[in-house]
Amino acid sequence: MESTTLLSRPLALARRDPYVARLFVILVTLVAFFLIVRTDNFLSFGTWQSMGVQFPEFGLMALGVMITMITGGIDLSVVGIANMTSIAAASIMLSMVPPDASGGQATVGILVAVAVSLVTGALAGAFNGFLVSVVKIPAILVTLGTLELFTGIAIIITAGKPLSGLPALYGQTFGARLFGVVPVPLLIFVVVAIAMGVVMHKMSFGSKLYMLGTNATAARFSGLHSARLLIQTYTISGVCAAIAGLVLLANYNSAKADYGVAYTLLTVLIVVLGGVDPNGGKGKLLGVVLAIVILQILSSGLNMFPAISNFYRPLIYGGVLLVVISISEGKGRFWKRLNTRKKTKEEVVVS
Amino acid sequence: MVETVISVRDLSKSFAGVKALDGVNLEIRAGEIHCLAGENGSGKSTLIKVISGVYQPDEGTIELNGTRHDKLTPIEAIRGGVQVIYQDFSIFPNLSVMENLALNHELSQGRKLVNWRRFRTIAKEAIAKINFHVDLDARVGDLSVADKQLVAISRALLHDTKLIIMDEPTTALTNREVEALFRVILDLKSRGIAILFVSHKLGEVFEISERFTIIRNGKLVVTSLPEELDHKKFAHYMTGREVDDVRFEQPETVGEPVLEVEGLGLEGALEDITFTLHAGEVLGITGLLGSGRTELALTLFGLFPTDSGKIRVKGRAVRLGGIRDAIANGIAYVPEDRLTEGLMLERSIADNIVVAELDEFTSPLGMMDSTRRQSEVDRWVADLKIATANAENPVNTLSGGNQQRVVLAKWLATNPDILILNGPTVGVDIGSKSDIHLILQDLARGGMGIIVISDDIPELLQTCRRILILDEGRVTAEVDPDTTTEQELSDLITGAITAGVGV
Repeated sequence: MESTTLLSRPLALARRDPYVARLFVILVTLVAFFLIVRTDNFLSFGTWQSMGVQFPEFGLMALGVMITMITGGIDLSVVGIANMTSIAAASIMLSMVPPDASGGQATVGILVAVAVSLVTGALAGAFNGFLVSVVKIPAILVTLGTLELFTGIAIIITAGKPLSGLPALYGQTFGARLFGVVPVPLLIFVVVAIAMGVVMHKMSFGSKLYMLGTNATAARFSGLHSARLLIQTYTISGVCAAIAGLVLLANYNSAKADYGVAYTLLTVLIVVLGGVDPNGGKGKLLGVVLAIVILQILSSGLNMFPAISNFYRPLIYGGVLLVVISISEGKGRFWKRLNTRKKTKEEVVVS
Repeated sequence: MVETVISVRDLSKSFAGVKALDGVNLEIRAGEIHCLAGENGSGKSTLIKVISGVYQPDEGTIELNGTRHDKLTPIEAIRGGVQVIYQDFSIFPNLSVMENLALNHELSQGRKLVNWRRFRTIAKEAIAKINFHVDLDARVGDLSVADKQLVAISRALLHDTKLIIMDEPTTALTNREVEALFRVILDLKSRGIAILFVSHKLGEVFEISERFTIIRNGKLVVTSLPEELDHKKFAHYMTGREVDDVRFEQPETVGEPVLEVEGLGLEGALEDITFTLHAGEVLGITGLLGSGRTELALTLFGLFPTDSGKIRVKGRAVRLGGIRDAIANGIAYVPEDRLTEGLMLERSIADNIVVAELDEFTSPLGMMDSTRRQSEVDRWVADLKIATANAENPVNTLSGGNQQRVVLAKWLATNPDILILNGPTVGVDIGSKSDIHLILQDLARGGMGIIVISDDIPELLQTCRRILILDEGRVTAEVDPDTTTEQELSDLITGAITAGVGV
């Protein structure tokens, strides 16, 4: 009796969204597999903690890509924004906080740097949104262009060299563990993800985004302000990328124009794997979060096999993603067909 | 003994348990012009697709040129001389006329290399068959609808064609173009080619067909000669009911003007449009396709900036610079194309109902008040009798009539003063059609000003207090439905008579 009440909610959820349920099964299988073949590593707390420090880098970027893809667009410039904003933050810290600065001076410097990086990210995102919605260039071209543009700005500012020598306080803050357990980057990711969930599912803004992504013409004919909505969407994505940039800055303890270049396509693949329709209008936050975690566990798991050289990593990533997507897409369509058939029957009965 | 091109017997076809065709018989003789008529959803398209091999029937036999087929494939149908001209003509708009004409032929011959000289020869031969004069190098996308259609017909004739099926070929044509098309059809007939002409217009059945077949709800109703048909019988065959043309009781007096349009002009589309819409009145606007009726609606909805003229809403001069301006001034628009402009098909019924008034349920912090949203959805589902078990189902699970109610609900929820409907009952079943008419009548009684744009003549006469006729962007007549017959209105629209009737 107790087990049914315990399972009834997850089961209802799974029925309502079989795709997310399937991602969950993949996640559990993956963890179980690594627990069996690399028991010691995967039972160690440190493994999980280091994962919690790493995945927020691309996880935060993926959240931004997700929200643009729900409107039917895409954001390929997240890595460019992250590097440009982290370089801006690093430059400010380096100039405002001399090596012999007091604790108070360092705090002020860091806060200003963080604020500037977030504002820069927002402006960069708004610029993307402006080009997509007002100038009406396809998002894939706009953000491919701005990826180069932002990276170019970053290269010019730094002359291609890393900026290091950040105040120790910055690294200590991001390197801290909440209650001695939860790494700060993970905490940041959780907070941003929850905020994103509220925006998408509790605010009318999110509701409008789904409508816009489903049918932009009908949305316009219903009086939605699509240009404003798109600018806001890309601004949110820019801010997410800037936060990711701050995490990158702490993890590398330096800023450089070409950190995380592999993340551009990785984030797109994560979002698609998470069940977001590249044509817009469909997709859930939960699916994307699961996809982020799956990718991180896969990556950490592979690290524990010294025999598998890092050269194999892109091959394994690509392969796993393609396999998962084709299985899920195939089944997804199968499920959908089954569901619509049931519904048309119901509808006939009703009418 | 007349030769039979194709004959189908006891044809049945179901989709997801719904019978689209149910024991249909049809026989088409060589060189015959046969009209196939039926309402939307009667099974006309399914029948065409079975004859041309696109769908396999569940039951029944098809005999093509004397050979029996249990299963006809598209290739067998084409080899047997069956060609279909669909409403979209299945042409490549970005290619030239020559390429469009020759491409299929070359492909079917299995040629892998392009020989432009051969292309030109084939194309010339094709247009010569119907005396069609056109620039072979023109891009097909730039041609008029009528010329596109002739390209499609020429292309169909490149094969050894015995039967051409035309799916509602006159829908987008002007009167003169329809006449030209009819001449082509008669020419084809004289060369022994049979035509299956799909239509739901009585006038066309009379004018062109030698025999007609009417189907309804997938069943054959009658196959007969046009001489035995009159308007009342036709409507009865099509709808299965005795259609009573009861006019709405129009109010003796109407309220204050809600919308005054004066000298409205729009480059290349509208010229000097002047009219007044009163509260509590249903005003009809009609005209041929391209007469400016849709442009007028979209201008009033803020989509096109006007070049000249004034628009006053409730006596106040307004500038409609965008859809949001129009909505803010209490103007609502039910679009012509429900599927692309009216609905977000994959989203829920509830989402589609509340989309235009989302800001009403939003707290200053942007949070949605889901309780109020739910009560609003419940209210409209009940008020407009939207047939659904659950308003969270996607709107594409609904029938056309119920989808149109969702679009109506979306706009009524914004509490408009002026409701503009473009083709309010296109693709809607008859039951829903009369329900929608009743809803409109109620709304007018409640004091709303309503504009119905339609080319459905009975609908206009039945619902409107006055009807404006547009031609080439100008108002050419205003008629009083009480003193106008269907024939008179039809003649006025097509320009057969120009003087005002019953003005």
